Amino acid sequence: MEDMVTLTIDGKEVKVKKFTTVLQAAKQIGIDIPTLCYLKEINAVGDCRMCIVEIEGRRGYIPSCIQMVEEGMVVHTNTPELMEARKMMLDLILSNHPQDCLTCIRSGNCELQKLAIQFNMENIEYAGERIERKIDDLSPAIVRDPNKCVLCRRCISACKNVQGIGAIDCVNRGFESCVSTAENCSLNDVNCTFCGQCIKACPVGALHEKEEIDNVWEKLKDPDTVVIAQTAPAVRAGLGEEFGMPIGTSVTGKMVTSLKKLGFDKVFDTNTGADFTIMEEANEFVDRFTKNDNLPMITSCSPGWVKFIESNFPDLLSHLSSCKSPHQMFGAILKTYYAKQENIDPKKMYVVSVMPCTAKKFEKDRPEMEVDGIRDVDAVITTRELARMIKQANIDFVNLPNEEFDIPMGEATGAGAIFGTTGGVMEAALRTAQDTLTGENLDKIEFEDVRGGAGIKRATVNIAGKDIKVVVASGLGNARKILEQIANGEADYQFVEIMACPGGCIMGGGQPIKSSKIRSEVDIRKLRADALYSIDEKSTIRKSHENPILKKIYKDYLGKPGSELAEKLLHTSYTKRKKYNIDV
Amino acid sequence: MNETKCSQKIQDDFLKEIYKTYKPEKDNLIQILNEVQEHFGYIPKYTQLQLSGFLKMPMAEIFGVITFYSRFTLEPKGKYTISVCLGTACFVKGSQKILDRLKERLKIEPGQTTEDGMFSLDETRCVGACGLAPVFTVNGEVYGKATVQKLDQVLDELENKK
Amino acid sequence: MKTVEEIHKIREEKRKELDLRVNTSADTREKHILVCHGTGCTSSKSPKILENFKKIIKEKNIENVRVIKTGCFGLCAKGPIVIIRPEDTFYAMVNPEDCEEIIQTHIVEGKKVERLLCKDVDGKMVNRLDDLNFYKKQKRIALKNCGIINPENIDEYIAFDGYKAIEKVLKEMSQDEVIKVISDSGLRGRGGAGFPTGKKWELTKIVEGKQKYVVCNADEGDPGAFMDRSILEGDPHCVLEAMAIAGYAIGADKGYIYVRAEYPIAVQRLKIAIEQARNYGLLGKNIFDTDFSFDIEIRLGAGAFVCGEETALLESIEGKRGQPRLKPPFPAQRGLWGKPTLINNVETYANITKIILNGAEWYSAIGTEKSKGTKVFALGGNVNNIGLVEVPMGTTLREIVYDIGGGLPNGRDFKAAQTGGPSGGCIPKEHLDTPIDYESLKEIGSMMGSGGMIIMDDTKCMVNLARFYLEFTVSESCGKCTPCRIGTKRMLEILERLCDGKGTKEDLTKLDKLAHMIAKASVCGLGQCAPNPVISTMKYFKDEFEEHAIDKNCRTSECKAISKITIDPEKCKGCGLCQRSCPVNAIKGEGRDKRIIDQDKCIKCGTCLNNCPFKAIS
Repeated sequence: MEDMVTLTIDGKEVKVKKFTTVLQAAKQIGIDIPTLCYLKEINAVGDCRMCIVEIEGRRGYIPSCIQMVEEGMVVHTNTPELMEARKMMLDLILSNHPQDCLTCIRSGNCELQKLAIQFNMENIEYAGERIERKIDDLSPAIVRDPNKCVLCRRCISACKNVQGIGAIDCVNRGFESCVSTAENCSLNDVNCTFCGQCIKACPVGALHEKEEIDNVWEKLKDPDTVVIAQTAPAVRAGLGEEFGMPIGTSVTGKMVTSLKKLGFDKVFDTNTGADFTIMEEANEFVDRFTKNDNLPMITSCSPGWVKFIESNFPDLLSHLSSCKSPHQMFGAILKTYYAKQENIDPKKMYVVSVMPCTAKKFEKDRPEMEVDGIRDVDAVITTRELARMIKQANIDFVNLPNEEFDIPMGEATGAGAIFGTTGGVMEAALRTAQDTLTGENLDKIEFEDVRGGAGIKRATVNIAGKDIKVVVASGLGNARKILEQIANGEADYQFVEIMACPGGCIMGGGQPIKSSKIRSEVDIRKLRADALYSIDEKSTIRKSHENPILKKIYKDYLGKPGSELAEKLLHTSYTKRKKYNIDV
Repeated sequence: MNETKCSQKIQDDFLKEIYKTYKPEKDNLIQILNEVQEHFGYIPKYTQLQLSGFLKMPMAEIFGVITFYSRFTLEPKGKYTISVCLGTACFVKGSQKILDRLKERLKIEPGQTTEDGMFSLDETRCVGACGLAPVFTVNGEVYGKATVQKLDQVLDELENKK
Repeated sequence: MKTVEEIHKIREEKRKELDLRVNTSADTREKHILVCHGTGCTSSKSPKILENFKKIIKEKNIENVRVIKTGCFGLCAKGPIVIIRPEDTFYAMVNPEDCEEIIQTHIVEGKKVERLLCKDVDGKMVNRLDDLNFYKKQKRIALKNCGIINPENIDEYIAFDGYKAIEKVLKEMSQDEVIKVISDSGLRGRGGAGFPTGKKWELTKIVEGKQKYVVCNADEGDPGAFMDRSILEGDPHCVLEAMAIAGYAIGADKGYIYVRAEYPIAVQRLKIAIEQARNYGLLGKNIFDTDFSFDIEIRLGAGAFVCGEETALLESIEGKRGQPRLKPPFPAQRGLWGKPTLINNVETYANITKIILNGAEWYSAIGTEKSKGTKVFALGGNVNNIGLVEVPMGTTLREIVYDIGGGLPNGRDFKAAQTGGPSGGCIPKEHLDTPIDYESLKEIGSMMGSGGMIIMDDTKCMVNLARFYLEFTVSESCGKCTPCRIGTKRMLEILERLCDGKGTKEDLTKLDKLAHMIAKASVCGLGQCAPNPVISTMKYFKDEFEEHAIDKNCRTSECKAISKITIDPEKCKGCGLCQRSCPVNAIKGEGRDKRIIDQDKCIKCGTCLNNCPFKAIS
């Protein structure tokens, strides 16, 4: 019991572990202290001063998000004076924030707005100057509106401390302080990977994805265009949250129904694309493993990650699998094989990828992502954008019936589903690789060692008498550690899965944004991952190479994995990039 | 060296010397920036980019440090930098009038440089010559017990030197 | 490297040679011409004076005369200052062209150059420095060597007991004994808050840790304060020696001096001093042949007032934006690079060697019950003797302003004194007899601060002054926490409204409410103290605030938008001086006419106010 500390909060005695913050200790006894800049495991800096408390014997107000508990401490969290101070603090923050809630992308899901309601802000007492700042909407993925920034620095921390990028930081001083980039350039010209973790950290509307909704509506209206939707595995594990459904609800059927209601001509599953990726990637790995060529091989389905390695470790690009990511592969198949089958002019086909990801917006614009001048994918919308479209169309999502993906391209395996979580690509690849290497149909399906929320997971898998060492990393901070090992020749593993977002695509930059409060109370990653694992478990086919439509397409069209045509459609190349494109 | 933006070659040469003196550690950033500011009269973008590589830190963080400290500037200074002391002793003795007059005559705000690149205007906090308050400095040279008339005289002289 | 014996020998021989510096009846034929090289005098060309003296002496082949550059003498208002010793003759406002005459008349002919002799405020000619009222009530401990030694010559420092304290500490005292002496002396931090120095040392000492650091805070940011600068410029070694003593006491072998890059002279002299001390083995390995090693590095600041806050300073030494850290943990527990760190400011260190050599009792006998020793102030503003003064704690404000400062110029009335700079407050007339110590100043709403003391006469508007300080705080706020980043800006906006005649009575209430919230909710000292100038002026000059808010009137005419400059026809004698001084020709009248100001043309610059010999303009 030595590690326990007893303190009094609002007259209640509470016993908590040492190194607990006052904020956490209060939460344990059901006392909620308002916060704004605090974000569990990402940002605890005590800047916004909303979480201030009084501690007997200490001068002034103390931020509870960073103040550690001490033995015998007596804390007051809700004196009239504190409430007034917090209200003034909020008044000050609002005085420096635009009052355009009604047209703000975060209206209804804004932590500042919630506070304003909670504190019954009737007017702004300390109205004063606001500095007009330029909106950066030049990148294909992320829009930064510094006018709305409340300087909580959660985005900076997510970018710099979690992802290890540092594309944005605090610049200037005092009232002029703001979050910005090197030389105030566009995100497009700096080391941003477009992972979108900053968006998810932002409590207000200062960061959001570059919307493509209008383009999609435009095409949906056009009778001459065949508009096809494909949905990434992680989307179904998050979309329901946008309509108030519990975190971790799997909404595949309702999602398909809603897309059809929106007017998409066909709704397919990117999981099928994931199955293609596994076919190609497993084949590539088996080949490289047998030849001991450029090992470890690293997965390439996460476009933020790909941009990261291109600009941070360009010399290690040969380790990257040449496979396109699932939705790009799928787009290429749709515009070639499927278009021919259905007799559709690929130029009249418009493929919309619904993704949990902001970097996919950048990826689909990469010049390599086309076949014979036809772009693989035409638009990428995030889970949030899809939700907005559904709301715009006045669809009662929660009460929708379930529909199935269109066939034949909508058939997918459980292996494709788990692509959406960290470790999933590895597991899916191992399922196929083991059968390929042994030439058998093995019963082992689940690889527990690569599951779970750890940032870096290691496992050794024995296949056909050979030990294969694998590493799974999520979050670019962890990715960097792995790359440094490879660069230093310390890598003793052969296969690496990397996803740019911590926890994988289910926690992607395009997924529903959860407030700081929910993030402190719930393990969102686990709930969403469980949804995908349960889809996998319920699937009748759980290995990509057993997907009947894939078998058919390889047989009728592509030939073998790695064939010349497969290379042309499903593989890509990478570019050494400069971190900064700043005009010096 | 202060007058125009400097070439990458000049910056590279200077940075070579910097790399000899300083270890590639983040701690050295401010010390290095002080040397760069001193040498070039501003912190060129190219130098920021190079330092980002040398110190292995994001450029945004370097930019954050540069914009935090008032001594660092992003644009080259004019031929003559006129700083008006706004320390309390000078303020009490009327340095605001000196500053107002400068703004009026040079038609620039503190922190800016005239279009012809002749004058930069700055506010400083106490140059330590309180006995001579109010003071302003031209390229570091102190003019004490300043009045609007005295300032006009100095400006006239500098303008005639053009 | 010098051996211990060699150091002793230097001290003995040099002390004899320099006796004339401190002893007017020294038995010598030599004369030393001391030329002040503090920043103030340097700004008014004292280096040229030094050069001229040297040149003339060489030309004239004069023997037994040495010209020495020294640190600040204190009376900056009279600069450039030249003092000739041993007779202690004080020449004020010397021009480079005067050197010839001084050499000829004073040195060669043995007479005084009457016209250059310093005049006291009462107009009396003063022969010797010690006869000046300015110096009579002062007691120089921290500034002991300033103006006496050449700061760029380590031998001169050694001559006046330099590096004797560190030797004593290393050879005769345990770590705890050193800390006890400092504790018993009652010395408190001179940077502002007045934390007991001995306690700070002890707290740092007791923390376990292989690597500890000693830091000297020389980021003197208070506008209008130059105490620390003068010490560094005049006696840099005393800081180095004290840091080494602190290093020994807490168990650190490395020190950093964080000094403003805007102090080029101080930086230069520190560099020279460190180099010399290293060469003599007084910094480095095995100092005085003991196991103790200590070295010091300089880190330059880059212009951020907040870096005077100790945790922001640490961030800045680490190369980052100077944003403060939450305390606790205090630097004593987790400081530079997470290691236990002792931070004191320059003036605090400047007292250490004297306490070690003279004992705790000697020091604690000076000052008041809770505030021991002396305090250096940078006296400025509307006072005759602008300069650096060091007085025992407990000296009253009145003594400083009138006895030492020589009162206010132009016969103006005292209105307020501002201490503690942007973190301090205004002290009105009714508190002139307040003894200067930490507690008393706090009680009346100000603070000791680092030592800026600005005197204001009745032409100064207190609302405008509060605005001035808030403007400073807003531009120096680091921007980390909401109350300071946005709150001070909103305070400034209210003050600007008041000064522009656009304020309301409600603004006063709002201002007061906001000020008190910011004081309690800000992260660091800068934010917590930022409202002080407002709170104190609102307390003592409430009527002036109300005049601005309700009557839209500024009684001093400083707030141009709500003031008119008028000429009192009763007092106007028609001399026309105002008219000639007006830069915009706004004053009408000819010959002996009473003058009238054309309000449309008047830009309210106030030039005429200062030029009217009859005080007819207000």
